[in-house]
Amino acid sequence: MDFATVLQVLDSTVRLATPLLLACLAGLFSERSGIFDIGLEGKMLFAAFFSAAIAAVTGSVWLGLLAGIASSMALAGIHGLASITFRGNQLISGVAINFLAAGLTVVIAQDWFQQGGRTPSLLGGARFGPLTLPFAETLRDVPVFGPIYHDLISGHTILVYVAFAMVPLTWWVLYRSRFGLRLRAVGDAPEAVDTAGVSVIRMRFTAVAICGVLCGVAGAYLATALQAGFVKDMTAGRGYIALAALIFSKWRPWYALSATLLFGLLQAVALRYQNIEMGGFVLPVQVMDALPYILTVVILAGFVGRAIPPRAGGSPYVKEQ
Amino acid sequence: MDKMPRWADIVLIPVFSLVLAFLLSGLVIVAIGEDPVAAVKLMVTGALGSTYGWGYTLYYATNFLFTGLAFAVANHARLFNIGAEGQATLGGLGVAFVCLAIPWPHWALALPAAIIGGALFGAAWAFLPAWLQAKRGSHIVITTIMFNFIGASLLNYMLVNVMRPTGSMDPATARFPPGAHLPTLHDLLAVFGIPFSKAAPANISFLVAIAACVLVWLLIWRTRLGYEIRAQGHSEPAAVYAGIRPVRIVVLAMLISGALAGCMAVNNVMGEAERLVLNAVEGAGFIGIAVALMGRSHPFGVFLAAILFGFLYQGGAELALWTTIPRELIVVIQALVILFTGALDNMVRMPLEKLFLSMRKGRG
Repeated sequence: MDFATVLQVLDSTVRLATPLLLACLAGLFSERSGIFDIGLEGKMLFAAFFSAAIAAVTGSVWLGLLAGIASSMALAGIHGLASITFRGNQLISGVAINFLAAGLTVVIAQDWFQQGGRTPSLLGGARFGPLTLPFAETLRDVPVFGPIYHDLISGHTILVYVAFAMVPLTWWVLYRSRFGLRLRAVGDAPEAVDTAGVSVIRMRFTAVAICGVLCGVAGAYLATALQAGFVKDMTAGRGYIALAALIFSKWRPWYALSATLLFGLLQAVALRYQNIEMGGFVLPVQVMDALPYILTVVILAGFVGRAIPPRAGGSPYVKEQ
Repeated sequence: MDKMPRWADIVLIPVFSLVLAFLLSGLVIVAIGEDPVAAVKLMVTGALGSTYGWGYTLYYATNFLFTGLAFAVANHARLFNIGAEGQATLGGLGVAFVCLAIPWPHWALALPAAIIGGALFGAAWAFLPAWLQAKRGSHIVITTIMFNFIGASLLNYMLVNVMRPTGSMDPATARFPPGAHLPTLHDLLAVFGIPFSKAAPANISFLVAIAACVLVWLLIWRTRLGYEIRAQGHSEPAAVYAGIRPVRIVVLAMLISGALAGCMAVNNVMGEAERLVLNAVEGAGFIGIAVALMGRSHPFGVFLAAILFGFLYQGGAELALWTTIPRELIVVIQALVILFTGALDNMVRMPLEKLFLSMRKGRG
C-alpha cells in the first residue's frame, strides 16, 4: 500500500466519520443530561430528507440545512415531550422516532417528488462544495506535508470542519462552562440540581434540543454533502454506530472523536477493499461491517475498561413532593 | 390514590391510543391527497374480504405473534429485548440447517425438528446479551441492537460464502427438500372440506404460534419460573429478598424470549420462502415491540394485536398496489402505535384517569 492510497483511505475516513461524529456528540449532550436517545438514526434520516428536499426545491443548500435542523428538532421535541414531560419510556420513544422517520420520509418523498421515495439529485448551489484551505495549492509540492495538507486536511465541505470544531467546543461547554456543569449534574444527580434551584426539566429540554440540532447537521451532511440527494433509509444504521461510538468513548468528547474516526476508518476500508487477505487468511467484508458492533459489545462487557453511563440516565425526574 | 377500574386500564387505554394513531395516520393520508375512508375500505376488502387476503393477514400475524410474545416475555422481567430481529434472523439459520440436513420424509417430522433448530439458534443469539446484562450490567438494549447488526452480517456471510449452492449467484440457500414443506391453511382446511385460497402463504405455523401463546400464558401465570420472572420485573430487590436469583431469571427470560423469536423462522423461512434468503425477517422483529406494547404483554392481547398488525400489513400492501399511498405508511402507523401505547402512555392515561376519578366523585 503506497502513500497515495493511504491518503485516499484516510480522506474517506474523514468523510465517513463526520456524520458519526456529529450524531455521537448529539447523543453525548442528550445522554449526559440523563435522556437516553436511541432515536439518533431517525433524527438524522428525517434531517437528511428535509435538507435534500428543501435544497432541491429552493436551490439553496443553506435553506436545506436549516430545514434539516428544524425537522430533526421537531422529532427531538417529541422525544422530549414523551420522556421528560410525560415521563415515558425513553427507549420506546426512541424506537418510535426511528420508525416514524423511516416511514414518513418515504411517504412524503413519494408524494412530493414521485421518484420512488427519493429526492431529485442535487446540483450546484443545492449541495455543499469542497473548500480549499489557504495555501493548499502552493504547499502541494512540499514532500509528505504537502499531500497531507492538500488531500487530507483541505478539500472537505464546511460541515466536516464544523463537526471537528464541535469536539473542542463540546469539551469546553461540558467541562469549563456553568451550563456544562449543570448538564453533567442533571444526568448524574438531578435532585441535587433541583435543590440548587435549577430547573431539571429546562436543562433536559435544552440538551435534547442541542441533540436535535447536531443530528440535523449530521443528516444534512449525509444528503447534501456526502451524497447528492436523499434515498430511502440512507442513514443505513449510522445512528446506531454513533450510539456504539458514544459508549465506546464512555460519553466523553475527545474519545468520541477517536471512536468515530476508528469506526469511520473501518467503513472506509470495508468500502475500498471487499475481502482483506492477511497472511493467507481472508478477512471477509462482513467482519469489517460487524466490527464496530462487536467492539462495542466487548467494551460494554467491561473487559477493556468499563463503560458506565450517566447515573440518572433513562429515568424520568419526579420532583419531591 | 384512587385508580381507574381494571377494564379501563386494559381495554380503554390501548383502544384510545390506537384511535389516536389511526386519526394521525388518516391525516397523513389526507395530506398526501388521498381519501382515508376509501383507503380503509380498500384495506378491509384487501386483507379480510377474501380467503386470499385472510391467508396473507394470518401469515403476517404469525410472524408478529412470535416476535410479540418474545418481547412480552422479556418485558415481564422488565428486560427491553429489541433484538428479536437478530434472534429471528439466527432462527432462520437454525431452521435452514435442520431442513437441509437430511432429506426429510414427512413434514410432521421436519416441523418439530425445525422448531427446535430455530428456537435453539434464537435463544443462543439472546444468550450473550442476557449474560452480559446479568453479570456485567451491560445495558441489554444496546447489546441487543448490536447483536441485530452482527446477526445481519453473520447471515450475509453464511449465505454468500457458505450456504449458497455452487453455481448460484443468488445469496440464498438451496430450496428445502419437499419433505420439509409445511402444509398451508389451504391443505389443512381442505381436510374438513372448507375452501381456502391456495396461493396465500398462511400455514400450519399459525397453529404453532397459537400453541405458543397458550404456553407463554401457562409459563407466566401458572409456573414458578413465570412467577419469578414477574417478581423480578416488579422489583429486583424484592425478588432477591424472596430468594430469587436475578442472574438466573434474566438469562432464562431472555433465552425463552430469543427462542420464541427464533421460532418465527418456521413460518417465514420454512413455511413461506422454503429457503433462507437475505433479510428474511423484514422488520417483523421490531413490529413485535408494537404488538407486545399494544397487547399489554398478555398472550391474548398479543394475539389480537398481531392479527391487527397482520391486517395492517396486508391492507398496506393492497393500498400500495391500488393507490399512490406507499407501503411505508404502515411503518408510520406502527411508529405511532409504539409512540402512543409505549412512550406517550401517560399522555393518554392522565386525562382519562382524571375523567374517571371525577366521574366517581360525582357519583359518590
